[in-house]
Amino acid sequence: MSYPLIFERSRPGRRGLRLVEETPEATRYIPEKFLRKAPPRLPEVDELTLVRHYTGLSRRQVGVDTTFYPLGSCTMKYNPKLHEEAVRLFADLHPYQDPGTVQGALELMWQLSEYLKALTGMDAITLEPAAGAHGELTGILIIRAYHEDRGEGKERRLVLVPDSAHGSNPATASMAGYQVKEVPSGPDGEVDLEALKREVGPHVAAIMLTNPNTLGLFERRILEISRISKEAGVQLYYDGANLNAIMGWARPGDMGFDVVHLNLHKTFTVPHGGGGPGSGPVGVKAHLAPYLPVPTVERGEEGFYLNFDLPKSIGRVRSFYGNFLALVRAWAYIRTLGLKGLKKAAALSVLNARYLKELLKEKGYKVPYDGPCMHEFVAQPPQGFRTLDLAKGLLELGFHPPTVYFPLIVKEALMIEPTETEGKETLEAFAEAMGALLQKPKAWLEGAPYSTPVRRLDELRANKYPKLTYFDELGMP
Amino acid sequence: MDYTPHTEEEIRAMLERVGAGSLEDLYRHLPKEVLNPEISLPEPLPEWAVLEELKRLAGRNKPAFKAFLGGGIRSHHTPPVVQALASRGEFLTAYTPYQPEVSQGVLQATFEYQTMVAELAGLEVANASMYDGATALAEGVLLALRETGRMRVLVSQGVHPEYREVLRSYLEAVGAELITLPLEEGRTPLGEVPEGTGAVVAQNPNYLGALEDLAPLAERAHGVGALFVAVADPLSLGVLEPPGAYGADIAVGDGQTLGLPMGFGGPHFGYLATRKAFVRQMPGRLVSETVDAEGKRGYILTLQAREQYIRRAKAKSNITTNAQLTALMGAMYLAALGPLGLKEVALKSVAMAHRLWELLLEIPGVEPFTPKPFFNEFVLRFPKEPQAVREALAARGFHAATPVPREYGENLALFAATELHREEDLLALKEAMQEVLA
Repeated sequence: MSYPLIFERSRPGRRGLRLVEETPEATRYIPEKFLRKAPPRLPEVDELTLVRHYTGLSRRQVGVDTTFYPLGSCTMKYNPKLHEEAVRLFADLHPYQDPGTVQGALELMWQLSEYLKALTGMDAITLEPAAGAHGELTGILIIRAYHEDRGEGKERRLVLVPDSAHGSNPATASMAGYQVKEVPSGPDGEVDLEALKREVGPHVAAIMLTNPNTLGLFERRILEISRISKEAGVQLYYDGANLNAIMGWARPGDMGFDVVHLNLHKTFTVPHGGGGPGSGPVGVKAHLAPYLPVPTVERGEEGFYLNFDLPKSIGRVRSFYGNFLALVRAWAYIRTLGLKGLKKAAALSVLNARYLKELLKEKGYKVPYDGPCMHEFVAQPPQGFRTLDLAKGLLELGFHPPTVYFPLIVKEALMIEPTETEGKETLEAFAEAMGALLQKPKAWLEGAPYSTPVRRLDELRANKYPKLTYFDELGMP
Repeated sequence: MDYTPHTEEEIRAMLERVGAGSLEDLYRHLPKEVLNPEISLPEPLPEWAVLEELKRLAGRNKPAFKAFLGGGIRSHHTPPVVQALASRGEFLTAYTPYQPEVSQGVLQATFEYQTMVAELAGLEVANASMYDGATALAEGVLLALRETGRMRVLVSQGVHPEYREVLRSYLEAVGAELITLPLEEGRTPLGEVPEGTGAVVAQNPNYLGALEDLAPLAERAHGVGALFVAVADPLSLGVLEPPGAYGADIAVGDGQTLGLPMGFGGPHFGYLATRKAFVRQMPGRLVSETVDAEGKRGYILTLQAREQYIRRAKAKSNITTNAQLTALMGAMYLAALGPLGLKEVALKSVAMAHRLWELLLEIPGVEPFTPKPFFNEFVLRFPKEPQAVREALAARGFHAATPVPREYGENLALFAATELHREEDLLALKEAMQEVLA
């Protein structure tokens, strides 16, 4: 039987939460012509039905709290419960209240900015972007404003990204009005320096890199890359999705990056929430600081304040001051671990990945770019196995699968990021399961999963005849 | 405390297995120039001390519960039932539902959210959420430009000034032109829509709180082949004519008013609803109903060819992480209240805002600025700088008088009331205002 929709639990006239004792007459305040002719068809349920509905839905969902979730490039580490209590302390602040009454919030933002500057080696920061891709857009717009300010905006029209880059990198460059060119990776999976040298020049605005890259490999020639880009007047952009591997050990700023975005929902334990909300602060070197979005948080003689006075700013990228409550969580994480704890967490994320890589190789999996991996690695199944089937088989065995079919340069890719909060026995159990899958009959793999709330879903039908709301009948065949 | 489970012995065994002598050894292939930089961070604290420090910081704030501040964010009641359900670890700690067989919870809840938003907006479809109202507007306008193939946008000054600033940043990036249509006596005039305009944008209730009859402007937009984009507070749509009914092709707004904590501005969520005909140009995630291998109903991400991880440079947007959990909180709120409960909350705030308007206008020197009819926010003119009024009120324990940007006029401040206010709260604010303005 299908799990009912909240609309199917609805009964006309049933009431849930009542927040108002006496309802005022609408027409006393609002002329008839502005009023809704028919009420919205929202569900009508009592509170217990509501609780059972969503509790039931939550049981049809896995998260880090329930399951090992080794999704590559997503850093699905444990989200401390302390942080959920922490955010409640700051829930009742209005973005427009008098600055004198939010000094604690501004201080926290200012402190977090200092911590993130120290960890990235950058000179200035904005906490405004709401997610990683939003940080990317902010960073590329800053670079664009910089080139335009120097009179090179018309000439520098191209952004270079490696062929192993996250899809959000080229998408961001397009949104920022740039042409995008992919640079092939070398045989070792790192950026091909010769190919890069051929592409850079006065027509290039920026190079976007992830380091460690999406194969989990540290770009060992990063100092040469940054020298090449600097000589050509090209700005080097750091996609912080993989910062977890190196936090405390090495800093993008020291590697020669000009702009960095961080994913607080990856590296700094902000929960992913089924897809968001996240937070994507952007750090820049001093020459780019004048272009940061407004407002920035500053410390003055009379306390902390929001600075709107940045004449060269790219403007706003979000309303208010960003996803503040995410900042509270990141602050709590950094204060709990300190530098020593952050370095240990990073090193154990690397150790876990390397250990799991060895276990999987022993089980028969291939690692096409088998350099010293950092926090993640990319494996391939043996000949004759489809990654999709293995992923679905893993669901049957109680694990969330790795990221599949990414990066695009590896066929049948399984991108595995265990994170540091998983123990040795979990990694071993996962490796056993991965090994067991290779012993399963083909038909079993192709039919998996069997005991999940639903089995494989018809994606083609959803694409061809999308039904996007309960009341949407147009989509069905 | 670092939340890692490894014992010393396990670390030793694992290091041996991977052929490393120590944790430092795992980094030996990094360039020496960048390895182990000096970093200054505070010493780690035990859990209780982190909380203690957070409480110290929180103590330097004055919470704005029952604030009279408006500007699109208001102090509304956050139902504990919504908090409790949204705090469940399965929702809180899940990633984007890329594996639908084990993600039916988030997927179905998102499908229900899409349905509720489309209902409120009076449009056919809604996506799974955007970051906030401002970025939802920017992306909604980019959608309109893709649909029309045009690069000119006309925006009413009645749209929240911060939303217009974000819109400007996004449009400058792609080289589109942004023309502002100034308000006349607090409302959007039926201005000329220039040829070649791809999107016309207005807000109802507008930034000043005034109700706008936008149907004629929508019609004029359509007359030149432009799409009409409406910004609307979702709470207001429990009472007001939905954007789809007055000709909006795209509706956007910020979901905070659906009982989400104000959180100093975020996270909330942005909603984006439109016509099904435009669905292939929509940004962000979409959930569709489908069936599984046994014919059982289930939910799945769909039309993913629009998105960055498939289409890369040709994607409709770069958005990846959105505001899923806060959007689900919005849906839970709507389901908890139902159509009648939502209407009651909206009307109570309207009634209290009107009562507050009456009371504050009794104070000498205070003048009305927002024209009637208005909804649950309004603007007044003072004989003083609004920042000073806000500060003086804060000193008396009241959060009120959001300063309105100068582009609308001198010495203007926004006020709002909600279901949380009682008659005595309004009277107390009036008394404080009298002192401040005396």
